[in-house]
Amino acid sequence: MKDNPYQPWLANIEEIRDEVGGQRPIKTFKLKFQDKELQNNFSYIPGQCAMVSLFGEGECFFAISSSPTKKGFIEVSVMKLGKVTSALHDLEPGDIVGVRGPYGNNFDVKGWKGKNLIFIGGGIGQAPLRSLINYVVDNRKDYGKLDIIYGARTSKDISYKDEFAELEKRKDVDVHLSIDVKEEGWKKFVGFVPDNLLKVKPSPKNSIAITCGPPIMIKFVIQNLEKLGFTEDQIFTTLEMRMKCGIGKCGRCNIGNLYVCKDGPVFSYKQLKNIYGER
Amino acid sequence: MDSLLLSKNDLPKFMTELIKKNKVFAPVESNGTIIYEQITKPSEMNLDFCKSEYPPKALILNQTETLFKFTPGTKAKIESVDIDEKKIIFGIRPCDAKSIAILEHAFKGDYKDPYFLKKRENTVLVGLSCTKPEINCFCTSFDDTPASSKYLDILLTDIGDNYYVEVTNDKGKLLTKSMSQLFKPAKDSDIKKKKEVEKKAVDIISRHQKTNGIADKLDKIFEHPFWKDIAFKCVGCGTCTYLCPTCHCFDIQDESTLTKGARVRVWDTCMNPEYTLHASGYNPRPARTNRVRNRIYHKYNYYPKNFDVIACVGCGRCIDLCPVNIDIIDVVTRAGEVKP
Repeated sequence: MKDNPYQPWLANIEEIRDEVGGQRPIKTFKLKFQDKELQNNFSYIPGQCAMVSLFGEGECFFAISSSPTKKGFIEVSVMKLGKVTSALHDLEPGDIVGVRGPYGNNFDVKGWKGKNLIFIGGGIGQAPLRSLINYVVDNRKDYGKLDIIYGARTSKDISYKDEFAELEKRKDVDVHLSIDVKEEGWKKFVGFVPDNLLKVKPSPKNSIAITCGPPIMIKFVIQNLEKLGFTEDQIFTTLEMRMKCGIGKCGRCNIGNLYVCKDGPVFSYKQLKNIYGER
Repeated sequence: MDSLLLSKNDLPKFMTELIKKNKVFAPVESNGTIIYEQITKPSEMNLDFCKSEYPPKALILNQTETLFKFTPGTKAKIESVDIDEKKIIFGIRPCDAKSIAILEHAFKGDYKDPYFLKKRENTVLVGLSCTKPEINCFCTSFDDTPASSKYLDILLTDIGDNYYVEVTNDKGKLLTKSMSQLFKPAKDSDIKKKKEVEKKAVDIISRHQKTNGIADKLDKIFEHPFWKDIAFKCVGCGTCTYLCPTCHCFDIQDESTLTKGARVRVWDTCMNPEYTLHASGYNPRPARTNRVRNRIYHKYNYYPKNFDVIACVGCGRCIDLCPVNIDIIDVVTRAGEVKP
């Protein structure tokens, strides 16, 4: 693959975890490269992505949802939606998939050292944030206050439930979960993520806010962050597009002259304000 | 650069020698149009044409390319394909040769595309100057001429009884040296003759696109209603992009039976709504206005921003073959005149 970016490496599925059930289920796939040396040398930074393929069905571009601080495997979290993701959901541990990457830019984990971080996620949008959160938590002393705001439609739709439960136990991380509609037994926030953000009211001082989720959520999260005094270079998000090559050749994921696959997927709100193009 | 002469009478001999040792693709008449096909003898060629409808980029960026083979399913194995094939494209026009140089920018960059780059490396471009540009040709709008040798390994220009032969690099030299008995050095008078032929061809070109400052101008008119007006008559057939020698967008699909399969890439077109359609149903470019605008911006704004060159060579195929007469010369010239 070194000479041929289109040819994936083979990886075994070690474990499949159900994150969310229902109409649009989400599963997390733990993958291990067959080549041991490659597995040891495969390095990535939170925010980066990988092309995962099932031979005969096709390829899809996913955020790597594991943190590089956890060695020996990579994980992707997949919502069952189209042809390839549906086929992936039918797989079992031991099955083989193709993986190529890592692709794209990343969250500035080095530049954000010493800063307070606010993670604002919704639904499957948590996948890239999960990588970042686990990375930051594993390097806890390097960062300031951590606030994790995450919302889903119902309590059943919350991804990474066990990990949120673990994070809630920690004294050095503040987790603020929400669901959209009232449910019996739910004692936390009820309402949309942008409203929960206003309730949590993080200070913009020495802070970076990172938000991933449905476009409509991102729109109102950014509005509310600005209300709270965050400037456009303190706000980061990730974008998604239909992709085929992952390396800026096949053409379809462009926003203006930038390709989301290789120039993204992480953009600051400042960058997004200054590029034009459909998204 | 070497300047040589090849007698027209010796062209068949030259071609026969080439064919003996190489896979040679040359312009051939088929169903009333010219296409570049592999030839087995010189008489199959037809050199009396302006441009092929189907661009010769297809010999380097194949319309369908097998990326690798695999055993399908969950116990997959991968098998690489051989991409080492060597060939000569004879009779390629300077505009089409330039398109291959333009495409090369997209396939180099941060990630090297081995299929395109290997094929380009293994291909010798032996061009033929264009002496009869057609009504929609406008290569001169980009500081090139129908007889530019810049993007070719060898360029032949018909100067009467002889071809004036420009050998621009080592790849070309290797070829002419192997048949040095057929070539003799060109004289100053031959160079003069080539210049005359070139000027005559340039003078035939009657249409010109105003490309001055177009990239900057496009930055200012992305939301302009002008694009709606331009896209109004587009039927979204994609002919403009399929036949464009600089369009490089592709799709990747798995083709398989129960026991064997291949991942293939095929030309795609930004004129298809499915091209950008997300699995969620969301489409960032849902309307033809979005898609027509993207085609123009990709060529005249995004490509110049990324690679410092306009991704159009002025071949005029998209104008010739558009079923509703969308005219890129007109579109770009008018875009330059629109008030932001």
